[in-house]
Amino acid sequence: MKVLVPVKRVIDYNVKIRVKADGTGVETTNVKMSMNPFDEIAVEEAVRLKEKGTASEVVAVSIGPAQAQETLRTALAMGADRAIHVQTDVETQPLGVAKALKALVDKEQPQLVVLGKQAIDDDANQTGQMLAALLGWAQGTFASKVEPGSGTVSVTREVDGGLETVELRLPAVVTTDLRLNEPRYASLPNIMKAKKKPIEAVSPADLGVDMTPRLTTLKVVEPARRKAGIKVGSVDELVDKLKNDARVI
Amino acid sequence: MAVLVIAEHSGDALKPSTLVAVTAAAAIGGPVHVLVAGQGCAGAARAAATVAGVEKVLVADAAEYANGLAENLAPLVVGLAKGYGHVLAPATSFGKNVAPRVAALLDVAQVSDVTAVISPDTFERPIYAGNAIATVQSKDPVKVVTVRGTAFDKAAETGGSASVEAVAATGDAGLATFKGAELSKSERPELTSARVIVSGGRGMGSGENFAILESLADRMNAAVGASRAAVDAGFVPNDYQVGQTGKIVAPELYVAVGISGAIQHLAGMKDSKVIVAINKDEEAPIFQVADYGLVGDLFKIVPELTSKL
Repeated sequence: MKVLVPVKRVIDYNVKIRVKADGTGVETTNVKMSMNPFDEIAVEEAVRLKEKGTASEVVAVSIGPAQAQETLRTALAMGADRAIHVQTDVETQPLGVAKALKALVDKEQPQLVVLGKQAIDDDANQTGQMLAALLGWAQGTFASKVEPGSGTVSVTREVDGGLETVELRLPAVVTTDLRLNEPRYASLPNIMKAKKKPIEAVSPADLGVDMTPRLTTLKVVEPARRKAGIKVGSVDELVDKLKNDARVI
Repeated sequence: MAVLVIAEHSGDALKPSTLVAVTAAAAIGGPVHVLVAGQGCAGAARAAATVAGVEKVLVADAAEYANGLAENLAPLVVGLAKGYGHVLAPATSFGKNVAPRVAALLDVAQVSDVTAVISPDTFERPIYAGNAIATVQSKDPVKVVTVRGTAFDKAAETGGSASVEAVAATGDAGLATFKGAELSKSERPELTSARVIVSGGRGMGSGENFAILESLADRMNAAVGASRAAVDAGFVPNDYQVGQTGKIVAPELYVAVGISGAIQHLAGMKDSKVIVAINKDEEAPIFQVADYGLVGDLFKIVPELTSKL
């Protein structure tokens, strides 16, 4: 079966983000960008399905500016076979992204779409569920185990109280959680090979999709700073502070 | 326009996350209705009817809603949503699974994980794991919103006298089947709802050494967490991880033991009410966010703390 893996380019998770002085957003100029960590897990899972012979082809997709191609190259270096870049300079929001992905699914006809449960920039946690809704497909969100069967896929989900398992009719959408796997590092030969793999470029207009943002960001501010704390000299002092000042024990 | 809250419940009772969502609904304004969908959920519906501020409870009691499958719940909510200005759900694994499916079927945006209601169409929400706070406005006819559990007080469980009305079930979509759940049997509370969390980092040295944190956690009725460094080192499983790529927590008390305070960890716990840091390196960044810092050998301090509580 064919597997489609949408990936997003975000600020690297190790970077301390800076809120722009004018309050319009977060500074992304001259900041290290990487693939959203949950999407890396999605690529890894898809590539493993291919290595096991379950998946026949892994197609990576990214929606965003020209530089999203770098993220697609990373996916290709990890083992995706080819990539599609939906180029747009408009702010991407989950509903618009889900619509673009639906158009690509209609064209590519994958049996499985695997993507991160959320992107670590907007933390929306919506795109996979929205895509499943628009396609009328089953959704296995927050997956920690994915086992394709015949015409179905069994997904173990990380829920608040532990784990639950659902069996989904294929085709289906799966969103990945942390425990699903540990993504590989692309080897140098594979990075070189990835440069020769094809990236197809399309526009939202080609797909007939309106990606105009629905939500308006009025302002972005830094969270309230924690007021400076104190150092205590002993365990006794700590216990006293927690009991009598903070009153949390 | 009324606000519809999708209840998270256990069949016979509401989950606390639902009470939090009711408070957010009241902040938006307008009558608050609660949808209780499940199988054998009359108890939860009765509980919802007594919650302060709830005007009406809608009950959909049918087999297809037994396990909260989004594929079956979403059509039910979509059918009801047209009469509402807002649909709210808790930002829990239940609500996060269902709400975006509802929003997409309504062709509206969702506002995820809101922490404050500014006006009926404007909300605050954390982005970048809480390292920035965005104020966002939705002009969509129905606003689908998930509510962060740590951001609002719980509505009072008594004082209300809502009417209870049955609504027609929408059938099994036939897309997904619930196979089973393995809920954590730990006596300790869950990380995301614990009042106290004790977390260990690379400074713990090994997985075995986490035993001293577990003793402390048991004494404080706390959950046990870990930094990414401790998880990557193989000390504890991934589901212990607190941080930007792990669980976001905001307990009353967070005790960070042997954690240096990498950005990615701070992002997951800095909204905790009181932070205690225990670390041998007095320059560790964790001390910059800690209310109470104690510099020293955690292998001496932690057992001493346990014995003195």
